[in-house]
Amino acid sequence: MTTTLPKLRFRDTQIEMAHGAGGKASRRLVEGLFAPLLCGNMTEPLGDAASVGINGTRVFITADSFVVSPLRFPGGSIGELAVNGTVNDLAVSGAKAEALVVTYILEAGLPTPILEAEVRAMAKAAACAGVLVVGGDTKVVEHGKADGMYITTAGIGHAIPGFALSAASVRPGDQVLLSGPIGDHGITILLARGELDLEAELCSDTRSVLPMVQALAQAAGPAIRWMRDPTRGGVATSLNELARDCGLSILLFEDQVPLRGAVRGACELLGLDPLHIANEGQFLAIVAPEHADAALAAIGPDAAIIGEIREQPAGTVVGANGYGGTRVIDMLVGDPLPRIC
Amino acid sequence: MKFVDEFREPGVIGKACGEIRRLADPNRHYRFMEVCGGHTHAIYRFGLKDLLPPNIELVHGPGCPVCVLPMGRIDDGLSIGKDPDVIFTAFGDMMRVPGTQGSPLEHKARGMDVRIVYSPSDALELAKKNPGKHVMFFAIGFETTAPSTALILMRARALGLHNFSVFCNHVTIIPAIRAILDSPDMRIDAFIGPGHVSTVIGCRPYDWIARNEGKPIVVAGFEPVDVLQSIVMLLEQLNKGEAKVENQYKRVVPWEGNHAALKAMGEVFELRPYFEWRGMGFISQSALKIRSAYAEWDAESRFHVPGVRVTDPKAAQCGEVLKGVLKPAQCKLFGKECTPERPVGALMVSSEGSCAAYFNYEHRKNAVLTSIGA
Repeated sequence: MTTTLPKLRFRDTQIEMAHGAGGKASRRLVEGLFAPLLCGNMTEPLGDAASVGINGTRVFITADSFVVSPLRFPGGSIGELAVNGTVNDLAVSGAKAEALVVTYILEAGLPTPILEAEVRAMAKAAACAGVLVVGGDTKVVEHGKADGMYITTAGIGHAIPGFALSAASVRPGDQVLLSGPIGDHGITILLARGELDLEAELCSDTRSVLPMVQALAQAAGPAIRWMRDPTRGGVATSLNELARDCGLSILLFEDQVPLRGAVRGACELLGLDPLHIANEGQFLAIVAPEHADAALAAIGPDAAIIGEIREQPAGTVVGANGYGGTRVIDMLVGDPLPRIC
Repeated sequence: MKFVDEFREPGVIGKACGEIRRLADPNRHYRFMEVCGGHTHAIYRFGLKDLLPPNIELVHGPGCPVCVLPMGRIDDGLSIGKDPDVIFTAFGDMMRVPGTQGSPLEHKARGMDVRIVYSPSDALELAKKNPGKHVMFFAIGFETTAPSTALILMRARALGLHNFSVFCNHVTIIPAIRAILDSPDMRIDAFIGPGHVSTVIGCRPYDWIARNEGKPIVVAGFEPVDVLQSIVMLLEQLNKGEAKVENQYKRVVPWEGNHAALKAMGEVFELRPYFEWRGMGFISQSALKIRSAYAEWDAESRFHVPGVRVTDPKAAQCGEVLKGVLKPAQCKLFGKECTPERPVGALMVSSEGSCAAYFNYEHRKNAVLTSIGA
């Protein structure tokens, strides 16, 4: 049997933290190595979840791993993230999570109460999101090899009626919606590590976005073109992926992006761009302009219109500030905040 | 947010822009150099070029300490880190700067104990917590960061902490400005002076630029209003035919500088006879060396380093960009072989480097202005 070997574009000589940061390097790894070898001739842009037809039924499937350090932080913990992350990846792909399987990689010496607390957190988050945990696997590695625990969840779900999502359906004039303030999760984790001598009244935003997505489906389903939860790499990276996938430009109104004072302050001090900071309970939606108000009302009071789709410059996200200046907003490069989810 | 919002207020910005348009002679081309990388970053980050008339050209100066560090120094620092008993510490800016065998981050991925610190005192704390290891702090920066390195060396000596050392790459700003003014292809009308450096050295050291070279200089802050106001002040001087040192950043910069910081620097450092600057060659008395009284904490005395000079890749035109002769995008490698992700030259690494700032915020933008009707 002869097979043509796919051409690999991944040229990096070794894996670095940046390959897991969700930005440019991650994309290079997935598109240049994983997808060509594992997924064959994919024509669809890579999304947060995949859909497969099984006996005429469309099923959505996704998986997500969690290596956050510290395990617990204000507003959440690794267990809660592990459930919400997978539920959200399905939700923004237009699917309701039905069942999850869980893999634990535990480190020898992990105190049982810590594990139990995380399992309880998962049970609570699963009940809250209305998803069943139906199985899993456990592995244990030597002490010092897994920072306490790593968790992987995989989920399946079915389509939420009313959506027809694809990057290709995005049109100039469409509005960019954001569900609420950004950067809470990434900055909370950064501060929780206690390396910075900075304190702020701030909590991770980890939550299931499914109720908001369902409300959106009801209010404006067919007018919603595309959704994404801006986790690692932040809003800037998600929007750059969209700009590339739809071949259009995104104009971001920078002073319309909801942002808490504490996040803004920390970013100013540390030289970080809040648009690159991870979120765990927000999502972006592209909506046809005539339905933007209905969509906004359905998501809730924290949501905002933060931008608009333009034709040019294709494949680029541009930020306009409130006083007439503009800048290109690129994907996350490198890894300013490792191990945040 | 206090100290931020009032300097980004659209009304105030609009007023400053109006002043600039009123003062700038439409028949004249102005070249202003912002010495400091922090200004370069702010100019691109806030899109300030969009607000200026086209005959005001901002030229990016050498004030990005990461950018002017020659590759050989990075190799030397990393050669110390190769010792398994050494913890290599540096500011985050240094992490992606390439040495001949890769950046500190790439060395970390291969197993070197490389840690990001936010201040030299973090490195000192690390040494206290790891008595079985030697913690080496890779120090970079102008007079802005040199005092904190000096204080930490004084502390290490007072504590008798023997498992800590500093690999000193501190440089001084004045000789770099002098080198730019001496450069034959230099055509600068005036300078936007560095804000952070001046908090330490004050405004007096710039006197000669105004007096001997006849170039106005305004020390400026880093918010949009600060940069625009400093341009207003430079235009006013030029229109009156004056050349003097002015301080726009009075809320932070004392005219006389910070006496305590200068004293600490004097206690710990002496001038090197000469030091290599990336893209600019050797500049005499332009860098700081740890005094012999602190030799025990000087990594260059404690460890053997190769000290090999490494020339930049031939095609890279970092020097021309650093001196403001070329714009970043005019370099042959810009955006092709050299990107923020895979930097060839250091100007592409640091967010304060003009190439990275240009690539991140400006590159691909020209089509935008038409699209938003600006």
